[in-house]
Amino acid sequence: MTGRASITSDPGVGAPSGDGREPAVRIVELTKEFSGGVRALGGLTFDVPRGELTSIIGPSGCGKTTTLKIVGGLIDATSGSVEVDGVPVTGPGPDRAFVFQDFALMPWATVLRNVAFGLELRGVDRKEREETARAYVDKVGLAGFEDSYPHQLSGGMRQRVGLARALAVDADILLMDEPFASVDEQIRRQFQEDLLRLLSEESKTVIFVTHSIEEAVYVSDQVVILTRGPSSVSKVVRPGIDRGAGSDDIRRDPAYLDWVEQIWHELRDYLER
Amino acid sequence: MELRGHRIPMAFSLLVWFAIWEVVGQLGLVSLLPPFSEVIAAFPEVVSSETFAEAAWITLEAFLIGMALSFAIGIGVGILMGTSRAVGSVMGMWVNIFESSPLTAVVPALMALLGFGLETMIVTVFLFSVWVIALDTQVGVERVNPSLVEMGRSFGATKRILYSQIVFRAALPELLAGIRLGLIRGMKGVIIGQLLIAVLGVGYLFELYSRNFLMPEFWALLIIVFAFAFLASETVAYFERKVALYASSR
Repeated sequence: MTGRASITSDPGVGAPSGDGREPAVRIVELTKEFSGGVRALGGLTFDVPRGELTSIIGPSGCGKTTTLKIVGGLIDATSGSVEVDGVPVTGPGPDRAFVFQDFALMPWATVLRNVAFGLELRGVDRKEREETARAYVDKVGLAGFEDSYPHQLSGGMRQRVGLARALAVDADILLMDEPFASVDEQIRRQFQEDLLRLLSEESKTVIFVTHSIEEAVYVSDQVVILTRGPSSVSKVVRPGIDRGAGSDDIRRDPAYLDWVEQIWHELRDYLER
Repeated sequence: MELRGHRIPMAFSLLVWFAIWEVVGQLGLVSLLPPFSEVIAAFPEVVSSETFAEAAWITLEAFLIGMALSFAIGIGVGILMGTSRAVGSVMGMWVNIFESSPLTAVVPALMALLGFGLETMIVTVFLFSVWVIALDTQVGVERVNPSLVEMGRSFGATKRILYSQIVFRAALPELLAGIRLGLIRGMKGVIIGQLLIAVLGVGYLFELYSRNFLMPEFWALLIIVFAFAFLASETVAYFERKVALYASSR
């Protein structure tokens, strides 16, 4: 198992990806300076291999979410480029779907309407979009809650709605901004497993922002470690944990624990400085 | 309201006050205050009179047109103020000045400008109500969760859809509070305007009754106006309570 793991000292371009195809997302020399002169990103370069889950991890305030929002087309980069399937990103697009840290559900709409909202905005007719939405509500484990309102659900259930909404539009790339940050620990583990199961059925490319090392190692094919802001890529690692073993075994697996430790050492340098 | 563990209905408080009113009226302590029973007796007379129908109609017309203008312009300006910082700071000061100024003083000038008719009343209603609607809409729009807007954008919402389906809906709790306060102010505006103009509508009727010392009729009319204002504001409050559920979870 450890044999599969590889670590590259040269981050970004050239990092071995899953199958050697063109990356789904290519980020080159990305910088972002906010008005007021705050430099959040100081030149990020890394590839996101197709069909894999790439986590972005780094000290808080290092621009993880900023990076994700630039990929999502929600904010503009100051310089550098983001390419999705070789095409530069200029704004939001149907090839990418976002999952928000605070869920971003419409409180006045039912679960079903929230899940169908992406399709509604694309002009899919009501019957068809509700059928699709129902299927995804079912897939994320919320069957029976179609007509509930977000305030009637727990945090974990709300994020399941957010996930179903993102899956329902059938985008190739899922952008997840600390999706489990507002969910408590027990539910978080269950949710991570459900996410992996769903992703294995859907074959999506995922960019996953997290501040939890354990979570990054557990869910990722590739982990991008950022330095403190203005951030650059410190290291790209590929834990390659064999998830066939079942979650309880994985969390006791020495390889898994090694990776957690390695990433922690990498990050600790930036905390202490 | 509770007394020694027993729930007392709201109407009970009204009954107590009416009883006190009746007693004070019967004692004849204040010549302006007839017994409540006489006021009740005056109701059918007031309501069935032709002057009342005419006054009520012209008042309602001025009120509704003025409020419609207030809604359209107040909500529009409020959304602009809430979304653009530049508009917010340019308009904010003026809207706040007008909101807190005693606009009653402007009504005579309006009369000189627009005459003693419907136009003056409409503008009075508008001037009384538009500011609070704009301010509350601004607050509502400013409180819209930015990630809801990002959500809309990320799923491809056009600007128009973003405003009509997300920003407007999310701002609804504050917006409805503004509408309720606006309605109450508009009502004050129409009555004050008519009292000053003194030849039109419900304001004219108040003048007529008090000048001729028809106190039961005067009080009956006052209760009708109070009840109308209360009903209008409670109707909006009902919708406010419906959206209050999500006000906290935006």
